[in-house]
Amino acid sequence: MAETFEQAEQAAALIKVTYEEQPAIVGLEENLTSAYKPAAGLGGAATQVTRGEAEAAFQSAAVRSEQTYTTPVYHHNAMEPHATIAQWEGDKLTVYDATQSVMGVKGLLSVTLGIPAENVQVYALYIGGGFGSKGFTWANTLLAPMAAKQFDRPVKLVLSRQQVFSTAGRRTQTVQKVSLGADSTGKLAAVKHATISETSFVDEFVETAGVATTMLYSTPNLDVSHELVRLNRGTPCPTRAPGEAPGTFALEVAMDELAEQLKIDPAQLRLINHADMEEQKKKQFSEKSLKECYQKGAEVIGWKNRKAEPGTLREGNYLVGYGMATATYPANRSASTAKATLFADGHAEILCGTQDIGTGTYTVMTQVAADAFALPPEKVKVKLGDSSYPKGAQSGGSQVSASVGPPIRAAALGAISKLIRLAIADPSSPLHGYKEEEIMADNGKIHLIKEPGRVETYVQIMNRKGLDKLEAQAKTNVSTRPSTPAPAPAGSPEAKAEEESKANKAVQEDEKMDRKDYAFHSFGAHFVKVLVDPDLGMIKIDRIVGVMDIGTVMNLKTATNQIMGGMIFGIGMALMENTQYDPNNGRVVTRDLAQYLVPVHADIPEIEVHFINKPDTFISPIGARGIGEIGITGITAAIANAVYNATGKRVRDLPITPDKLIS
Amino acid sequence: MEPFKLIRVHDNQAAIRTALMAGSRFIAGGTNLIDLMKLHIETPKQVVDINKLPFSGIEELPDGGLRIGALVKNSDLAYHPVVIKKYPVLSEALLSGASPQLRNMASVGGNLMQRTRCPYFYNTDFACNKRNPGSGCAALTGYNRMNAVLGTSDHCIATHPSDMCVALAALDATIHVQGTKGSRLIPFGEFHRLPGQTPHVEHSLLPGELITHVDIPGMSYSYRSHYLKVRDRASYEFALTSAAVLLDIRGGRIQKADIALGGVGTKPWRAVPAEKVLNGASADLQTYRAAAEAALSQAKSYKDNAYKIELAKRTLVRALTTAAAIS
Amino acid sequence: MADNPNHPEENDEPKAGTTRRGFLSQLTFAGAGLTLAPLLGAASTKGSEPVLAAAAAAEITTVSLTINGKKHLLSLDSRMTLLDVLREKLSLPGTKKGCDHGQCGACTVLVDGRRINSCLMLAGMCAGLEVTSIEGLANRDQLHPMQHAFLKHDGFQCGYCTPGQICSAIGLVKEGHAHTDAEIKELMSGNICRCGAYQNIVAAIKEVQNA
Ligand SMILES: Cc1cc2nc3c(=O)[nH]c(=O)nc-3n(C[C@H](O)[C@H](O)[C@H](O)COP(=O)(O)OP(=O)(O)OC[C@H]3O[C@@H](n4cnc5c(N)ncnc54)[C@H](O)[C@@H]3O)c2cc1C
Ligand code: SF4
Ligand code: FES
Ligand code: FES
Repeated sequence: MAETFEQAEQAAALIKVTYEEQPAIVGLEENLTSAYKPAAGLGGAATQVTRGEAEAAFQSAAVRSEQTYTTPVYHHNAMEPHATIAQWEGDKLTVYDATQSVMGVKGLLSVTLGIPAENVQVYALYIGGGFGSKGFTWANTLLAPMAAKQFDRPVKLVLSRQQVFSTAGRRTQTVQKVSLGADSTGKLAAVKHATISETSFVDEFVETAGVATTMLYSTPNLDVSHELVRLNRGTPCPTRAPGEAPGTFALEVAMDELAEQLKIDPAQLRLINHADMEEQKKKQFSEKSLKECYQKGAEVIGWKNRKAEPGTLREGNYLVGYGMATATYPANRSASTAKATLFADGHAEILCGTQDIGTGTYTVMTQVAADAFALPPEKVKVKLGDSSYPKGAQSGGSQVSASVGPPIRAAALGAISKLIRLAIADPSSPLHGYKEEEIMADNGKIHLIKEPGRVETYVQIMNRKGLDKLEAQAKTNVSTRPSTPAPAPAGSPEAKAEEESKANKAVQEDEKMDRKDYAFHSFGAHFVKVLVDPDLGMIKIDRIVGVMDIGTVMNLKTATNQIMGGMIFGIGMALMENTQYDPNNGRVVTRDLAQYLVPVHADIPEIEVHFINKPDTFISPIGARGIGEIGITGITAAIANAVYNATGKRVRDLPITPDKLIS
Repeated sequence: MEPFKLIRVHDNQAAIRTALMAGSRFIAGGTNLIDLMKLHIETPKQVVDINKLPFSGIEELPDGGLRIGALVKNSDLAYHPVVIKKYPVLSEALLSGASPQLRNMASVGGNLMQRTRCPYFYNTDFACNKRNPGSGCAALTGYNRMNAVLGTSDHCIATHPSDMCVALAALDATIHVQGTKGSRLIPFGEFHRLPGQTPHVEHSLLPGELITHVDIPGMSYSYRSHYLKVRDRASYEFALTSAAVLLDIRGGRIQKADIALGGVGTKPWRAVPAEKVLNGASADLQTYRAAAEAALSQAKSYKDNAYKIELAKRTLVRALTTAAAIS
Repeated sequence: MADNPNHPEENDEPKAGTTRRGFLSQLTFAGAGLTLAPLLGAASTKGSEPVLAAAAAAEITTVSLTINGKKHLLSLDSRMTLLDVLREKLSLPGTKKGCDHGQCGACTVLVDGRRINSCLMLAGMCAGLEVTSIEGLANRDQLHPMQHAFLKHDGFQCGYCTPGQICSAIGLVKEGHAHTDAEIKELMSGNICRCGAYQNIVAAIKEVQNA
């Protein structure tokens, strides 16, 4: 055990590991013939989805487009590397971990170390980005507690950037064949999307690239399949919009190719094939305003300036191109619990065992709570990232806001309701004897609705009652997942919250809603203008306009920032990022930020984000669907389509680097 | 990093004496040396801090040229008013390299001496003749999209990474060095070595020798010069290809052209065959294309880098076109 | 296809197959039949200290420098970078390590007013220099105008790159070479923001430039 970083690093370099070498199985494209059908995708998702007779319908379609699209391995590269600090006090373990799920790490450490869950305390107060990589738990999280035990002292373990490339997950490589058949009016007769991706020899991870294809456009005949090849690489894991991000590249470029064959405007082709309902599940969408997204995006970017004939628009030395694509991501929600406390000094607190990975959860939940407490935001403290808090959602699948917002709101409302009932029951209160429905809370006070002068502050009520605090808990069991959440273990904080929630009106209303006939999805449209230097193959994105339909926008700043962040991740995917493995031994070659390029300031164009901002009243009382991932879907295709429109060169293999444009 | 003694020196002779001890390295900005020490690629026993030596000035020479101290920071050189006005090729090359922070640290001497960015050189898990002579070259059959197409050998195909050096090659710079036996001058073209059978021998400094200055000559036409760098992202990346060009054009004819290429050679690549085509020819696109063909006529590509040959030609043609338009 | 294929909760359930396998697969010693509790069992057998390979001992160097206005006389392992001294010795963890190789800008601090990457600067070479890290920018409760502008324009998401972005932005304004949006972007390109707060960062810098 080293005392300093310098020592640790020097000592590690002295360790000589010898291997018995065997031939490595390294390339996906070289090993496609060993593809097999995995039993299930991420979280048990089906890997093959069909309706109608796709093959026959495709063969007899008037217009057909069939192409193969490939995407490389990408690494998340959150700026903060994976890191863990572990400390034991007797049997009790305290862990500070860079994780997207304090609750997940707690459970996992308890199981893997064989110690009771209540002996594990996990903190992740701030996380320097995750993008999926910190949703899985990697060696550092387990090794630090083991070393701490062995040496009986706190241990800090931080991965180097180079180690992040080999030991902490990645997005898998894909080869996707998309076949679109349409009638002469552009109506899709058949859609086929066959994905082969890769995983390691020790685990199975399926990038469900075809998942959006099952619901994005209307078609009677569909065949979406996923196969896997095992390679000598580390196991992949979810990366911002796992499935949709690479999948929409293939589908949305294919749509552009089809539009060109049909001589139909690409945006128009999307309108022609608009899915009015979720055709695979045969459900209504809870809320969908995609048509407005297309319209607004086209207007803002100046889509009418686009020339259908590629390579015909110039600005100085540059060829100019416009491209567009649809964005989509499911709206997820899972069971979550929160605790609300009003204090006698007039401030309030929320505890929730979720975490903020940089997406603005602290900010947005402060707003939700302040609203429900009827207090100014400065008086509300939201505390997250602590596994001793009531269990909140994992930060993944864009679900945090939709999942923890409702119980936070319900718990805060529950606390206020308790306060109101105290006043009603108290003969010395001016509100004594009135009904709860007749009273409302506003800015730290409760008053009679019809007689606002009949008022009392939270502080007055609590002081008179000699209370230093007033607590309420809420658990909402709503989940967009097929399986019903497991009941909370008896005696756990969640079970207590569930019990208390039976009397909580907000929870009851939320849970009562019948959601089974609805499909929950966010939508959007990206419009991109690029400038291409045709001689040097250099691409300059000039402008991106994104219009997003994500339900209620809870905070315009954080929402805009999230969408822009997704788009910029997409710029990286489209134009520069890719992880290269040595073709001989399969080790990562491009294992640092000088060789694995991510976008820098100078790559960023003028980006405009617009929102439809129509509440989704079915997902939750708050009306917001998640936003962390939709921004990255479709954007790579919009860029690729714009490059094609500028140059007439169709690059179906990401990233689109200068060498591919000049060849 | 391996432990080392950090020795701060205040005069040249002390620096040279200390550097003669086995396992010594000078350190200036540290942006390359520390990087490599962290990866156990450089393992000096003594690190000699030369930042207090008196080589951080830029002086104008009687012939109109410049004498640049080896410790001048890359950013200070790039923004020096004389460099901006008289040697845009040098300023542009410097500003296209690394990042503002790194340019604030990096010195001219260190930039001349910076080592390749070949990914296999940077990773001690792989064979590399440059890092570990005789161990083989993993890049030859590995991922070699960024590697060189000019000046390669069967022992090493690593690109020289510097932008500044490409401009200095075109500018015919002279390097002043000081050693135990006094000072000497090294013409720029003789400073960096081709890999041949000894890719670990990268330059022609003798043990202990210290770079003190770099001279660039006065040239009547050096204002008509340009550096163009092509890369995968807009900034903060090494070159796929680059070109430094200076043109003396009179009455539509090229009197003299000075051309060097980056990103393609195992050393900063002076393109003499291109100069031969250009000298005396008319300044037009056809000439530039012919020059580009000549510049790359000896190129040899590997598995992933054939594109560099075409891209380098186009880079040179564009750089020439741009420079010719400067008045 | 299953109702919600994106199954965001897989890590919440310790028993969920994907997660545990996904996790274990990353341990090089994971193999068939590995049971879990012994991991800790093995770890807790204390006693035999591993045999150490002969390693050269650290060299100590002393240096006096000023950090955020305060003079320090430090005796250090000569290998320590300025970044590690700030974070590990002086309890100034505001400056971040994103790559440790000059490739990200998270470690940017100001040395004698110029922005540099502290991960590539040996602390022992900072004798007599004035270092300003993110902790040294505010004047008591009064934020530095650049900090204020970052807050106003939401120039960050996770905040990990932010201390470096702010120090770099202050350096950029002082250098005075950035006059257009394009120039600001080019001269901020040494600071990577993986969250993608770039546009707001440029807005913050412009506000300070124009103030
Ligand atoms: C992320 C990153 C990106 C980069 N991108 C680019 C790029 O795009 N283009 C580019 O050109 N460069 C780039 N660089 C490289 C950078 O330009 C060099 O690291 C820098 O110029 C080295 O200068 P230094 O003073 O820091 O050298 P040091 O690290 O101090 O020294 C480097 C070597 O030179 C020797 N040395 C230094 N001074 C002398 C002297 N006076 N006499 C004799 N020997 C001496 C040292 O002993 C050492 O071996 C990049 C670097 C990094 C880390
Ligand atoms: S090309 Fe040169 S530097 Fe790269 S691995 Fe081969 S020998 Fe080493
Ligand atoms: S940590 Fe110094 S540049 Fe990344
Ligand atoms: S705010 Fe997260 S990396 Fe910049």
